[in-house]
Amino acid sequence: MKVLVSVKRVVDYNVRIQVKPDGSGVVTDGVKFSMNPFDEIAMEEAVRLKEKGKVTEIIAVTIGGAKCEETLRTALAFGADRAVHVKEESEVQPLSAARALAAVFKKEGAQLFVLGKQAIDDDANQTAQLVAGLLDLPQATFASKVELEGGKATVTREIDAGLETLEVDLPAIISADLRLNEPRYLKLPDIMKAKKKPIETVSFADLGIAAGAALKTVKTVAPPKRSKGVVVKTVDELISALKGKGLV
Amino acid sequence: MSKILVIGEHADGKLNGGVAKVVAAAKAIGGEISVALFGAHVGGAAEQAAKLDGVTKVLKIERAENAHPLAATFAPQVVELAKGGYTHLLFPGTTFGKDLAPRVAAKLGAQQISDVMAVHGPTSFDRPIYAGNAIQTIEAPAAPAVVATVRLASFTAVAATGSAAIEATTVNATLPTHTRFVKLEAQKNERPDLQSASRVVSGGRALGSSENFSVIYKFADKIGAAVGASRAAVDSGYVPNDMQVGQTGKIIAPELYFAIGISGAIQHLAGIKDARTIVAINKDPEAPIFEVADFGLVGDLFQVVPELTGKL
Repeated sequence: MKVLVSVKRVVDYNVRIQVKPDGSGVVTDGVKFSMNPFDEIAMEEAVRLKEKGKVTEIIAVTIGGAKCEETLRTALAFGADRAVHVKEESEVQPLSAARALAAVFKKEGAQLFVLGKQAIDDDANQTAQLVAGLLDLPQATFASKVELEGGKATVTREIDAGLETLEVDLPAIISADLRLNEPRYLKLPDIMKAKKKPIETVSFADLGIAAGAALKTVKTVAPPKRSKGVVVKTVDELISALKGKGLV
Repeated sequence: MSKILVIGEHADGKLNGGVAKVVAAAKAIGGEISVALFGAHVGGAAEQAAKLDGVTKVLKIERAENAHPLAATFAPQVVELAKGGYTHLLFPGTTFGKDLAPRVAAKLGAQQISDVMAVHGPTSFDRPIYAGNAIQTIEAPAAPAVVATVRLASFTAVAATGSAAIEATTVNATLPTHTRFVKLEAQKNERPDLQSASRVVSGGRALGSSENFSVIYKFADKIGAAVGASRAAVDSGYVPNDMQVGQTGKIIAPELYFAIGISGAIQHLAGIKDARTIVAINKDPEAPIFEVADFGLVGDLFQVVPELTGKL
């Protein structure tokens, strides 16, 4: 059984985001990029499923420009067997991304698609659900536990009301939440091995899909700044300050 | 004029409090507002929705398959309802709304908008990116429809002063059987929920061990607060992952936030940006957390926090 995992190259979570003064976006030049943290969790889950003998092949997929190859190499170092690079230099919004990913999923004949629940750049939290909707397949989003057995997946989901368990028929789309697992640290031999693994490059046209509807970004601004507050010297001072604001 | 459909969330006969905030966003867009409630029996939730100021109609779609809010089951019905000429489909920015809205958008061929935090016009909205470290103003295509989730922390609930008509309706849609509800384990936490609590106390790496975290729990219980932690505390194994506050954990907006023994890494600050008042307790006067704190106290948390617990 094949599992597909999508990975996205994003600004590293430790980078302090700077908004460009002209409102055209955020600064990405000279900034560290890495794999979206939720995609690392998705990748780790696929590798664990393979280690348990539940899946036989892991295919990593990304969408983006030439630099995204690094992200695919990271996925291959995690344990993906091969990778697909949907090359597109311009901005790809979730609906278009989902169309491309759905096409790759179908083409590969995979039974399971694991995605991070959201990318920490656009924070859209849509792609897994979009792919499931486009393909009319089951979706189990915000997964904190995944079990595969007999053509079905039993998935525990982290929802506002608590932990919900769903049973879905395969093929199915799963999005990984924070608690699903803790991604492994990549070892040098695995990173070296990843360099030799195959990456196939395709375009939107190769996949036979057109870009979907898109939002137009008018401007990007920094959020209102928090002003520095006061430093109090004692607990009593703190309590009276909080009482003064009616907070305790 | 816009024709807006709000997809309501409810459980055990009660309307989710977030729906009144989604209606507030709908009012900001302006137009005729209907609320749709899917369920086996929506019960009192329909009456509660009918009272929301600005709502003209509540649609009840009751059928056995709707007993549990499964996106795969609800989405085809929302799509069918949307054919009634709605210009906007709005969902609460909860796990329910975030699960369902994109599936509906996929079927409609719309690029969904996530986390609307301000409305400038029928197709112009603000939304946060990079965990709220930047705000985008976007313009959405009006066709086929504007499909959006609403960031609840950004809107004030409308008053319950209205009296809309409640209409039971049926929707002709073929529902899949590939997704089945098994169970729901409600959180057995006696403490308030981290995501919705008005007070949150978080501990960081400086706590030093999971045993020492009891200082945080005692203080939180004293003031009725939820408990969170920094990624450093989670990575050190002091507390479980679901307590993590930050960009890769939970993004919260409490009235009062205590950051205790937390230096204030960017990733943590991204998660508390919207807190009304931040109090920082840290022994390092240079800690970045003091840059954003409304009240800072430099000192040893193991002395300060028990004293605070005792005196409050």
